[in-house]
Formats: sequence, C-alpha cells, structure tokens
Amino acid sequence: MKVIVGLGSCGIAAGAGKTYQKILQLQQVEHADFELKKTSCIGMCFREPLVEIIDENGSYIYGNVDESRAVEVFEKHIVNHEPIREYVVKTDLFKTEDNNFFDDQVKIALRHCGYIDPESIEEYEVNEGYEAIKKIADEEMKPEIVIENIIKSGLRGRGGGGFPTGMKWRFARNSISKEKYIICNADEGDPGAFMDRSLLEGDPHAVLEGMIIGAYAIGANGGVIYCRAEYPLAIKRLNIAIEQARDRGYLGDHIMGIEGFCFDIYVKEGAGAFVCGEETALIASVEGERGMPRKRPPFPAVSGLWKKPTNINNVETWSNIPWIITHGPEAYAKYGTEKSKGTKVFALAGKINHSGLVEVPMGITIRDIIFKLGGGIPNGKKFKAVQLGGPSGGCIPEYLADTIVDYDSVNATGAIMGSGGMVVMDESTCMVDVAKFFLNFTQDESCGKCTFCRIGTKRMLEILERITKGKGEESDIGKLEELAYQIKDNSLCGLGQTAPNPVLTTLKYFRDEYTAHITEKKCPAKVCKNLITYTILAEKCTGCTVCAKKCPVNCISGDRKQPHLIDQSLCIKCGECFSRCKFDAITLS
Amino acid sequence: MRIARVRNEKENLQQDVVDLSLIDDLIKKYKDKKGNMIPLLQGTQVTYGYIPRVAFEKLAAETSLEMSDMYGVATFYAQFRLNPVGKHIIKVCHGTACHVQNSSKITESLEEALKVVDGETTEDRLFTLESVACLGCCSLAPVMMIGDNTYAKLTGAEAVKIVKNIRIQEQENKKVVA
Repeated sequence: MKVIVGLGSCGIAAGAGKTYQKILQLQQVEHADFELKKTSCIGMCFREPLVEIIDENGSYIYGNVDESRAVEVFEKHIVNHEPIREYVVKTDLFKTEDNNFFDDQVKIALRHCGYIDPESIEEYEVNEGYEAIKKIADEEMKPEIVIENIIKSGLRGRGGGGFPTGMKWRFARNSISKEKYIICNADEGDPGAFMDRSLLEGDPHAVLEGMIIGAYAIGANGGVIYCRAEYPLAIKRLNIAIEQARDRGYLGDHIMGIEGFCFDIYVKEGAGAFVCGEETALIASVEGERGMPRKRPPFPAVSGLWKKPTNINNVETWSNIPWIITHGPEAYAKYGTEKSKGTKVFALAGKINHSGLVEVPMGITIRDIIFKLGGGIPNGKKFKAVQLGGPSGGCIPEYLADTIVDYDSVNATGAIMGSGGMVVMDESTCMVDVAKFFLNFTQDESCGKCTFCRIGTKRMLEILERITKGKGEESDIGKLEELAYQIKDNSLCGLGQTAPNPVLTTLKYFRDEYTAHITEKKCPAKVCKNLITYTILAEKCTGCTVCAKKCPVNCISGDRKQPHLIDQSLCIKCGECFSRCKFDAITLS
Repeated sequence: MRIARVRNEKENLQQDVVDLSLIDDLIKKYKDKKGNMIPLLQGTQVTYGYIPRVAFEKLAAETSLEMSDMYGVATFYAQFRLNPVGKHIIKVCHGTACHVQNSSKITESLEEALKVVDGETTEDRLFTLESVACLGCCSLAPVMMIGDNTYAKLTGAEAVKIVKNIRIQEQENKKVVA
C-alpha cells in the first residue's frame, strides 16, 4: 500500500504539512506497513489537502484531509482496508461528486503533476522521463527533424503571445554562433496565474528535458531558468532536479553520447518586476541590469543574452516538448482547433466553486470550463464576467461565454489568452474597480522607458480613481479611450501595448457601469466605497449594541434594546457593522 | 512608475551598525562573474534583511560595480529594500483573485492592528507589512505569507489573530531567554 500526500505550495498553505506529519506519526506509533510519499499539486486546489491511497484495488484520492480526517482515514482505510466513500474525490472505481472536474481534462503538460514525487528522478524516469531525448539519440534524429516535428505539432508559445514554437526555434537555429542560449521564462508575473508554479513544483524534470531538447535543436550550450523569487519551493525543486540530471548525464558534456552536444542549466532568481516577462527585459535582468525592454529587431534569436542568439520559451511550452517528441506531433495536433493545437492549462480562481488548475484541449468553451469543470459560481450568485490574460488581457462578459478557447477566438473578444489565468467574477464584482485594479498594477510596474506608458497609465488611473470616488465627469470615458489608444500605439513592449486592455474591454462590455458611476454616482455592484451607504433598518434592529462596539470610528449610536443609528458624516464604510450584524438589520445601498 | 517606492526609502535614513565582513564570501564568489550585480544585491539582502548604505559602499569598493548602477537596479526591482525591516515580514497578496475576494480588507485590518501603514515596520521591529502582486495561491484567496508560511482563505479578523499569536509567541520566547 502507498500513501501519497500532495505537498505543493497550495497544499502546504491549506495545511498538508500537518497532515503529512500526522500520518507519519500514526505510521510510526501503529507500526503500519505502507509507503508514505510526497507529490505535488494535482490541480484540485479546492479540496486541499489531498491524500492519495493506492491499495490492492486501485487508487483513491481523499479531499479536505485535515489532521482529524487523516486519523479517520488512517484507521478505516489504511488499517482496516475500508475506504471512506464520502471523502473520496477521485477514483477509477466509482463515480464521485467531483468527477466532472476531471472528465473533460486532457493532461499533457501536467501529465506528472500530482502523481510523481518531484524530487525523485527515478520516478520521472519510469514515467516516460528522459525518453524523448533518448529517442533523439537512438534514432540519430537531426536537429532539423526535431524542429520539423515541433512545427508539425502546431505548438504555440504558451506564455501569452502564441508565436509558433518551432518557427522560433528555426530562427535561433539559423543564427550562426559558437555560443547560443536557451532561456526558460518562469517569471510568472500575472496576478491570477499559477500554472508555472505548479508545473515547476510538480514536474521540474519535464521542463529540464524540454530545454535539453530545445538546446539540441538550436545548438545551444547554456541554459537559464529565470524564476520568480516568490516561488521558493519551485526554485528548491528545480535545483534538486538539475543536480540529479547532471549526475545522470542528462546535463553536461556529450549528453546521451551525442558527440559535441554539451549543455548545462542554472536557475536565476528574478527580483520582482512584471516587465521582466517581456523577452528583452528578461535578458537585461539576467545580465544584471535594470529590466528594461529594448527595441526589436534585432530579435533575441539573433542577438539575445550576452548578444548571442537566444531562444526563450515559457514553462508550459517547455514541458509539452518531451511529450510531443515521444508521442509524435500527430498525437499532439489531434487535440485543439485548426490554428491552436494541443491543450492549454488554465488557473481557475476568483468567484468559482472549483478553483484550481485544469488542462483542457483547445476549442472547449469558456462556459464549459467555468460551469462543468469549475462547478459554477458559489452562493448561488450570477456569473458576470471572466478575466483572461491578467493585466494585459480583458474581461469577457457572460453573453460571450460560449467563445471557444483558442488564440484567435479569444483575441477577437479584446482579451488575450495570456498565460492562462482565469479569474471569475460574479454580480458582486465592480468592473470599474477591476479596471482600476489592473491599471494600478501596470502603472506601478511600467519600467518608465516610454513616455506614453509611464505617464499615460498614470493619467488613466487618476481618471478611474475619480470615477470610483463619484467625481467622474461626462468627458471621462472619451478621455480614457483616447489615452488607451495612444498608449497602445506608442509603447515599445508588450506591457504598454496591452496595459489599456482591461479598461477597453470593460468599457466595451460594461459601459453602463461606468455611466452609472459617472452620472448617477452609483456603484451597481456596491463595491466602490465612496458611492455606498450603510443604514440600519429600525424595524429589524434589536439594539444588541454589537455594531456600535465594533465600529472603529464610533459613529454608531443608540441605547441598549433601542434601534441604532449610523452617523453618515463619520462613517468610513469599512463594512464591519454589516458583517457583524446577526439580524440582517444593516443594509447596503 | 517606481518613484513612490524610492521616495519612501529616502524619508527614513536612520540605519543600523552592521558587520560588513558577513558579505566577504559572497563578494569572493561573485566578484569577477558577468551579470553579478543582482546576485550580489540579493545575497546582501539575505544577510542583513535589507541593503545597508555601507554595504553598497563596500560592494562599490571591492567589485567593479558602480554605486549609481547598483542604486538604479536596487530601486527598480520590488524585491530590494534599502531600510531595515521587521523580524517577520507580512506579505499580503493583492493579486487579481485575492482582490476580488477582498484582500484590501486584510491590509486595512492589519494596518489598524499593527498601527502602521502598508510598507512600514512596527516600532518594536517585529513586523513589516507589505503588499505583493501575487503569491500564486490564487485558488486559496485571499492569502498572506509570513516567513515561509502561507495562510489561506483569510478574513481581516483571522489575519489579525495570526499576527497577534506570533507576537505572543515572541514575547514568551523573550521571557524564556531572559
């Protein structure tokens, strides 16, 4: 019997570390005979902590296993061999409530996540690991053939741009130089996306193998993984994986006996700048400079890191590569739409029941992802919009939810595919506030090189702040649009070119919310503080005094057992009274 | 732009006396490597918790790096701090998912409980309150991170409770030592 505890960052945050210790302790005390192992995130974040038990019948994944549930599962399933059906969230043996979370998923990039121990190269090897590079060596596959295969698979850059990966490789291959570099972009800066973190924590060897294949194809000898410092666990596991790969000869000189193929990788910690997701800014940062983008051409494929030809792909792209080589490009191209092949990983978060990580074939509708896999919106609220692509993307409204996910269909809505962050919003989300949130982010992260991006985003933010404070003017919408197009046209890199997207898409689909803020001075979603008032309903108030005691500015008055009153001139709209009242006597309007 | 950040740093110039020999090994390791500026600054910050002015001066004297370049880089990236920080750094996530789950409430509650504003350190040097872009735990929003521990699905009151417990723990540790 095997017991496997999911210990990704998300699992640990949910308490999986304690669960693991509890099971370990029980095992030692009871002298139970089973193998206790660790794995990473299987994507079912909403049921963390997760524990998988593999017995003679098959595999059972238990959800929400806190310490007390761990004791229960230990006694019943591990000791007495009686599975507790109601706690099982996934098994092949019977249907569970959460089955539909997995039904439409096709796991290629995430093939090992949540199944293998990411700190063990042996487990990776027995699961087709390093077979792709072995295949290349055994069949003496020429670099051109490798590139041909990647082009045939139709794989496009998963970092957001969607540029065909094989084409990018070919450009770097055609640049003549003794030194060439491969970079893995793991600077996942999009707030709301966490697929790269999960991949690096769950299957670091797949990323390494992808990079090794890429290095062989373009003829590179140096590799860099540029990873966010905010992901300490990912960095730790990557370094372990790199050591193991060096020991086994997957990195180093004459890899797999291929004469002249020498390649090594090191991890470079990012220092926290969203703009470093842009290729040329990332290169500047690796070189130890301020991460500011530069003009292209020359493209990195011609002159990149240390002015040598450089090929940059993101984490998810790299982890797809070994699978494509092992299974063939046709197997990959079988999934997806005409122009967007394969699968895409999405991070579901926000107002959604089943938040977590899903990998689906391109071409599935947004509605299916949110309602079938994602289980819909919590608390019976109404689905309003989904934000795709982070600060560079846009909001897709409910009536466009039947849009299929592929690069071109998503772009047509004004949003972008981005790295795959999907933040779901319900009726209690204010779209003007969301636009303001993203602009606040991009104006803070603008590197300051281009005037329009540096000052234009600041001006847009000021207008949005004015609108959410109830001081908006009739001409503000026009000004926002004018600024938005100017910033798009006059910025050098992707950050500035896409920064206005959240404002433009919300203006396109939720213009009435803007006008409500500006002309009626109202926030329909009741979010913007300056536009809402809390009042006490005299007929419902029991005079329990809880609200008056909790009010941080003492603006609620009233005698015991008498209806209370809020002094609107002092109220700071913190909502404390609203959340404390047990009698629904406080209303928000 | 990152001007606001630089301005905040300048206001508080009071700094501690630090043992500069602690970064000797670090300098030896990176001295002649290309692209060494960020690793050197990162290593210095790991040692002291921030980058003291005297450390900049030492780096400038012992490596080929220029003060102005280092200052430029240190103020560009969100990671670097030029002022001392508290023993525990509270990172409240303000990513998209946390924002729609009301993470500003958490910062507000903590500001009130610790009597500091975002970015500041408490007088007893126990806590520094920070807002960060995204911790990558979006499905457990709203979250905060203290040290290596991530706390998930918070409310303002819960966040305050966690911080208070750390303070109590610290006071007890102090007593034991005394």
